[in-house]
Amino acid sequence: MVEQLVFYALSGILVFAGSMVVTVRNPIHAALFLVLSFFTTAGIWLLLDAEFLAMTLVLVYVGAVMVLFLFVIMMLDVNLVVLREGFSRYLPVGILIAVLLGLELSMVVGASQFGLDIVPAPAHHGAGYSNIEELGSVLYTVYVYPFEIASVLLLVAIVAAIALSLGEHRKNRKGQRPEEQVAVNRKDRVRLVQMAAERPDSDTP
Amino acid sequence: MPEIPLLDLLPSGLQTLTLILLKIIAIVTPLLLCVAYLTYAERRVIGFMQVRMGPNRVGPIGLLQPIADAVKLAFKELIIPAGANRFLFILAPIISLSAALSAWAVVPFGPDRVLADINAGLLYILAMTSMGIYGVIIAGWASNSKYALLGAMRSAAQMVSYEIAMGFALVGVLMAAGSLNLGEIVNAQAGGFGHWFVWPLLPLFVVYFISGVAETNRAPFDVSEGESEIVAGFHVEYSGMSFSVFFMAEYANMILISVLSSTMFLGGWLSPFEGLVSAETLASPLGSLLDSGFHWFVFKVALFLFFYLWFRATFPRYRYDQIMRLGWKVFIPVTLVWIFVIGVAIAAGIGPWFD
Repeated sequence: MVEQLVFYALSGILVFAGSMVVTVRNPIHAALFLVLSFFTTAGIWLLLDAEFLAMTLVLVYVGAVMVLFLFVIMMLDVNLVVLREGFSRYLPVGILIAVLLGLELSMVVGASQFGLDIVPAPAHHGAGYSNIEELGSVLYTVYVYPFEIASVLLLVAIVAAIALSLGEHRKNRKGQRPEEQVAVNRKDRVRLVQMAAERPDSDTP
Repeated sequence: MPEIPLLDLLPSGLQTLTLILLKIIAIVTPLLLCVAYLTYAERRVIGFMQVRMGPNRVGPIGLLQPIADAVKLAFKELIIPAGANRFLFILAPIISLSAALSAWAVVPFGPDRVLADINAGLLYILAMTSMGIYGVIIAGWASNSKYALLGAMRSAAQMVSYEIAMGFALVGVLMAAGSLNLGEIVNAQAGGFGHWFVWPLLPLFVVYFISGVAETNRAPFDVSEGESEIVAGFHVEYSGMSFSVFFMAEYANMILISVLSSTMFLGGWLSPFEGLVSAETLASPLGSLLDSGFHWFVFKVALFLFFYLWFRATFPRYRYDQIMRLGWKVFIPVTLVWIFVIGVAIAAGIGPWFD
């Protein structure tokens, strides 16, 4: 009873936030609604005893990815008027695509494919059940090769990103070298010049 | 379950709810008092370190100063700048404080003395503390001020960077303890101060605490406020209560980081003399002091809080690029190498921690 109430409350907020993401004018507001929808999704996953996935969703997507997203959006100078140009012209095509997508989605994940008689509701586990242990034991035994391949792919992506950012500018990169900064010697930088406090008489006109 | 009068009169669903609410009040009220007196302690300690008196006028030795400050802040005008986004401007301090307070749900204060004894406690804390960034970012953006936006940008980049090092340090802890539950992490360190995780995880401990100082935006990592550079950073435009809510969130986070450091590395409520003193001494009046208990927890947390204040009085502010370098090029490699070392140590069963 309480669980159903929580589920409907969370899904209500999720649907609301999801539709706001694509309809609000301000991109910052859209990003914040996306954060809200991630958060409520995490809540729904918690109802499924998937606490590891829920926490990681909050930790990775809410805590890191969306922060960088916001970071970039705040830096951008988005011209809203230009963005909304031609809205009425593209509207019929947009509606057509949306309706098509909706139909396809309902065909694939509708009650005929994923109804309770085909896929039974997941059983609830007791208080001692640890989702993290279950995931770990499967991930490192049955699915060890896919897991390793995925991690190697991510490693390749990291290396590629760093290589791209270093890129062609490697020669004239203006990075700082802290070890040289620390090893700076006063003698190399400052030259003290001894001067007479007054000019000799012959200099003055 | 403790006996609470009149509780039986309520229906059973409401009983649990009332009990949980009472527990929350029992945690949050002392916490907010600690926050108030931490500000007082900070001013006094830094005062003495800089050979001056600090606040000493309100009440005996200035003890009523935090209350006077709170009253002053509560009666100040709440100014919302023109051009600010009203809703987000008000929402930002609320997010900050709720993120700072919600992490306290899984903190164990003693054996079985915890609000929510969940399996994924460590992950929950990481997730909740990462929510705190939103308060800062939203405040910076909604204020419609260049200084505030700059402060928010700096703080967002810094917090995202240090969260990675912090997460890796926690991976080391969970490997050593074999659990994500904070209570079990403490129990895994039982057996005197030689069994605490500081010793096998010393580099991770140092990385964790320094990252914690950076996460809470405290000196010497306080570039998001940087009063000599960008006035007051993300909360320039805040006044009165909305400012003080940010302030409370910052200090609650400081206490949280101290609590977590002492729980995960210094054995939480465990006594350092465990196994060293005999049973007869423990039975004596002095023994209860030497025995494990809440007072050790408080003592360890106070130690870390003192470190916070000490840092602030001692170190000059880090330059921004140096902060990034420390986070990415020093802390993350150190934690990665040490996780590998712990893996080897666990496989070899090196005692007294991993046998």
